[in-house]
Amino acid sequence: MPNTMPDVSNSLTRSASFQLIWLGIAATLGFALLMVLLSWASALTGSGSSTLSAIDAESGTLTLQLSTEPPQLDSTRATDSVSIMILGHVMEGLLRFDANNQLVPGVAERWEIREDGATFWLREDARWSDGLPVTAHDFSFAWHTALAPETASEYAFILYPLKNAEAINTGNLPIDTLGVHAVNDRVLEVQFEQPLAYFEELVAFPTYNPIREDFYRNRDGRYGADFEDLLYNGPFEMTVWVHGAHLRMEKNTHYWDHERVRLNVIDIPYFTTDTTAALNLYKDGQIAIVDYLGAEQLDEVLQQRWELLRFGDGSVWFLAFNFDPGRVTSNWHLRKALQLVTDPSELVNRIIKLPGNLPGESLFPVWLQGIDGFFRQEYPAPQVALDADAAREHLRLAMEELGLDEPPSLALLVDDTPGAGRQAEYFQNLYGTQLGIDIRIDRQIFKQRLAKMQNQDFDVATYGWGPDFADPLTFGELFASWNPNNNGRFSNREYDQSVRLAQSSLDPRIRMDAFGRQQEILSEEVALIPNYERGRVYIKDRRLQGVVRRAVGPDPDFTNAYIVENP
Amino acid sequence: MTELSLTAADFERVSVKRRVQTIARPSLSYWRDAWVRLTANRRAIASLYIVIALLLFTVAGPWVWAVDPTAQDLDQLSTPPGADRRAQIVEPYAPWNGVATTINESPTDIVGATAEIWLAQPASTQAVRLVWAPVLGASGYRVYRNVYDPAPDGAVGLPLAEIYDPRQVSYEDLLDLTPTRYWYSVIATDRNGREAEEYTTLAVDAIRVITAAEAQTRGLVDLETPLSLGDEVRVSFHPLGTDYLGRDMLARLMYGARVSLFIGIIAPFFFVLTGILYGSAAGFIGGRVDQILMRFADFVVALPFLLFMILFKIAFGIGPGESGVVPMLVALVVLSWPATARLVRGQILQIREEAYIGASQLLGAKTHYLILRHMIPNTVGVVLVTLTFAVPTVIFVEAFLSFIGMGVAPPTPSWGSMCNEGIQTMLNHPHELILPAALISLTVLAFNLLGDGLRDALDARMRSRE
Amino acid sequence: MYVYALKRLVQGVVTVWFIATATFVAMHSVPGDPLLNERGVNEEIRRNLEERYGLDRPIFDQYLIYMGNMAKGDFGISFTQQNRSVNDIIREHFPVSATLGVLAIVFAGLGGVLWGALTALHRNRLPDVIVMFLVILGISVPSFVIAALSQLALVGLNDLVGFSVLPVAGWGSILHMLIPSLVLGLGTMAFLTRLMRSSMLEIVNADFIRTAYSKGLPPTRVFLKHQLRNAILPVITVLGPAIAAITTGGFVVELVFAIPGLGRFFVQAVQQLDYTVIMGTTVFYGAFLVFMVIAVDLLYGLIDPRVRLK
Repeated sequence: MPNTMPDVSNSLTRSASFQLIWLGIAATLGFALLMVLLSWASALTGSGSSTLSAIDAESGTLTLQLSTEPPQLDSTRATDSVSIMILGHVMEGLLRFDANNQLVPGVAERWEIREDGATFWLREDARWSDGLPVTAHDFSFAWHTALAPETASEYAFILYPLKNAEAINTGNLPIDTLGVHAVNDRVLEVQFEQPLAYFEELVAFPTYNPIREDFYRNRDGRYGADFEDLLYNGPFEMTVWVHGAHLRMEKNTHYWDHERVRLNVIDIPYFTTDTTAALNLYKDGQIAIVDYLGAEQLDEVLQQRWELLRFGDGSVWFLAFNFDPGRVTSNWHLRKALQLVTDPSELVNRIIKLPGNLPGESLFPVWLQGIDGFFRQEYPAPQVALDADAAREHLRLAMEELGLDEPPSLALLVDDTPGAGRQAEYFQNLYGTQLGIDIRIDRQIFKQRLAKMQNQDFDVATYGWGPDFADPLTFGELFASWNPNNNGRFSNREYDQSVRLAQSSLDPRIRMDAFGRQQEILSEEVALIPNYERGRVYIKDRRLQGVVRRAVGPDPDFTNAYIVENP
Repeated sequence: MTELSLTAADFERVSVKRRVQTIARPSLSYWRDAWVRLTANRRAIASLYIVIALLLFTVAGPWVWAVDPTAQDLDQLSTPPGADRRAQIVEPYAPWNGVATTINESPTDIVGATAEIWLAQPASTQAVRLVWAPVLGASGYRVYRNVYDPAPDGAVGLPLAEIYDPRQVSYEDLLDLTPTRYWYSVIATDRNGREAEEYTTLAVDAIRVITAAEAQTRGLVDLETPLSLGDEVRVSFHPLGTDYLGRDMLARLMYGARVSLFIGIIAPFFFVLTGILYGSAAGFIGGRVDQILMRFADFVVALPFLLFMILFKIAFGIGPGESGVVPMLVALVVLSWPATARLVRGQILQIREEAYIGASQLLGAKTHYLILRHMIPNTVGVVLVTLTFAVPTVIFVEAFLSFIGMGVAPPTPSWGSMCNEGIQTMLNHPHELILPAALISLTVLAFNLLGDGLRDALDARMRSRE
Repeated sequence: MYVYALKRLVQGVVTVWFIATATFVAMHSVPGDPLLNERGVNEEIRRNLEERYGLDRPIFDQYLIYMGNMAKGDFGISFTQQNRSVNDIIREHFPVSATLGVLAIVFAGLGGVLWGALTALHRNRLPDVIVMFLVILGISVPSFVIAALSQLALVGLNDLVGFSVLPVAGWGSILHMLIPSLVLGLGTMAFLTRLMRSSMLEIVNADFIRTAYSKGLPPTRVFLKHQLRNAILPVITVLGPAIAAITTGGFVVELVFAIPGLGRFFVQAVQQLDYTVIMGTTVFYGAFLVFMVIAVDLLYGLIDPRVRLK
């Protein structure tokens, strides 16, 4: 039955609709008012700085975006690449890397490296940001602090070449037995635990940075937590640090080499891990660099006709195996079978699809220096020809040795990023179709993955290693049986001996031969299957020149950067 | 007063109406009436059709389109529907040593342009092999590739390689080759590593190729057909295109439907049911019981979701690579019911005070009759809205959980995780996102229409009115 | 009324305590070690780290110490940001999330009520169909996509106009608040729209509306005082927890628009297994939620006088 009051109902609806419109207008105005109120309230508490666009030539300001902020800037405890990058701008050690990635004098004017130790002569005009000079005591104090067990520094091992360092760090010797003395304000004496060929490379690492003792003690345990809890002796000093929101570095006038620095301000008001957001900021002219471009964003970049640059970040990524005797992956034939069907070129060119990545051939990446030239040119990586039939034969042998009727099922441990997921699915399909091996993908978030690797709770895992210093040893010692980062517990006597030789010898030929031998052993034993040497492409505003990229050391480095008006 | 001429006939009775009201049909109970109205409701009928279509798609689909959803066709990555499928037969890939020249010059400060670039063999998706004329005084070369013409402003594109040896005058490009036109530029570098001002560009059309062995193993040709180099075959047909690993979208959608529809219907059903029971009990009983029940509901809401999901995963003992659908279902139900409970309780509090409840009680109605017959049907509107919104939420939560290893294990697809993957390539290959999202929309639409129809049918005030 | 509020507050404290305990137990039952990092460390350092964070004590002791500190308002020091206290983190980042959340909720609430009422009045006609279509589209697409697309639209807008009309990302001015809060509120607004619509439909056909109108009440009064007011209760029910949900779930918006809110910290904390931050933020959010629920329940009594609160 129809509504008995059609006219009334219609007019009611109409008037109600009108009221709704009025209410809507009132609501919009109310919302705007609320925004004003909240904005005023937050301006009372917030940083309230206006940001300039990507490059401001007049004020010499550069605006950037970072994916994460440094958790803290205590150089004795910094571990991640963002902290190292910031420290590279606001601090300086005895040595530093210059625009050509060569080691040049930093705070140290000159130095002498001997078999049993080293001496550093500091320059007179090196100053902290409060005007006081940088002294040898500052270095000595910092190194002692980094090695003290209470500090719990994760990079303490980089100081182990120093005499008694390892014993102190493991709590076996008191801290004052460390072989580091400040002879006077200008001279630093260092004694080595054993002769070291690559000590220079280590000294530029942030853990070797100076810290002033009185300032450190003054901060009540909060050294490095906020920008006022730090003293700066580098090209820049931090003037704003609102955690997760805003970080700002300005030219440090007390820096001894401040003539070299041409930028006035580096402003970082955006922190996000979302690469699309970064790209949008770049498109909008708000930031000058987008460092991480995904393969899917390349088409957009090409369309915009921006300049793309390549960068190899120096790390090597591979499949790690679990060598625990109870696991099937400890069987050589099985590993060999997997090796013979894995084509890194296909992985890099079809799945990862990002220029800058090189198909992996060895644990030692192409950029490492050998005796006179590149290590990989002097000691080429063993070539493994893909052979599906031979692989199946090896699999058959493995099954025989292991007493299996069917190909084994393997758990592949990966992290939770989308890229890792793709690679995992690729490997799953590859080994499934070529060898009939069932791969179970085990995706874990960060801490769980670390825990599983440490506990050897995996069969195969995707793993990557970035260099700590520019010497093949940083990669070679990864598979030494005593290395806590050797998660699979690969153990080979000849390999261990070779690593010990490379650690203690001073002769370049002997050392490089040792690394060459290590490379061979890893390939023969199939200790790993190299996947790729990571790199990426990035975009940079054409007006910004002089940006230095590094595989080892603070990256990217803007201390030599300058602005060009009309590129 | 005018005279009326009235006769006796004017006062005769016109007719005798014995029956003013006739009963046209038997009176319907509330539920029968609701059913009648529901089946007559156009929206509900439409939703029924959609649901039947989806079920057919899920159940009968894989029979009709029997393609393996996990098979990776690495020659057709992320191809949209309707892409060109022609491919030529070529020799299998053999490593190329490149071309080198002998150089007498040492690198100089300024270098000129590369005079000429040519191909060592026809360009194909297998490889593009470039060779160029050496430049005097070069210390090396840089190879760039663009999918747009660099000519107007020198946007050379992707930096493919840096060559440090001036004797190497060739490069093999293998990176993500698709059948399209590429522009290659080779720029010489001087002694200081700076690039030359001028350079040459070569436009190259890469054609899709495949080896004879591959064509046979993939079943693209009969085994008897003789294949010679240069023959044309067609690579596998994918009606809805492929995803980022070359897997057929249609097959993945069909298999994904099983997971997503199962989870998307069962989980909301259960947690809404729990919510209704819990909320109506709390609302009706009231007092202290109500307080305790509601505090417990608050407690459940405030727990950190991700943490407890991980806990559930461990508690149920899901190993790596196993599909944990049932545990996830349980976990979802356990963590999602409070919102519905709260809503239902709110409604019950309101309805409890209505006049008809009191009247019903006076007539001797028992509690369960009141709840079942009067209260719950009046909460149906709110409940249905919750159900409708629960469906896509649960689908996306499942996708999110697959990142921590719960939900379905790869390579089993689900619409939610397909959406997540599609987001990565949203701008280049929108079909990877649009297709699963469209199917999710369809499911939500079906629920929405059904919900609207149900709500209209069960609304007592609209009874026998429309 | 006041007695009721007091009772509820006491219950709230008890609820928060339960939340804290459950989270503590869950956190310590999940595998993974908050002190593990990419580079392995030696035994001595490991011992020192555990001692510093109090992880070397038995679980029950840790629990008691933590609860005691919490009662004093001290949530401890973050594991990942080793020199920052959790209190600092919450203090610096919660106002951002709260601002975003409040704006989003107000937007969602106002929008939901108005659109819901509109579609209820014009049931099955054009406005209803359009809004339903938009709602379905909105909820079938992942929130990340909506956020990313809106950012893209902003870039396009700025490009079109020639200068920066609205900031594409970041935080700090009134303009930064607008689009992110709208995007954040969209999902809830869709839900509230449908909820309000369903609720209004029951009222629109009710007898007392007819009575009121036939009594001669002006249509405005009928609409505002009777229809809206009665229909709005489910919306209010949802709003309380929705505020809490939006403030915690703003993670996607915070990520895409580079907003330094608490949501991002919380997700990172779970991934990094940063015990103190997880506990601190959970307890804080729990308290916030409980408070909101109390406020909403009190609001019930104000709006619908028939609902008696005991």
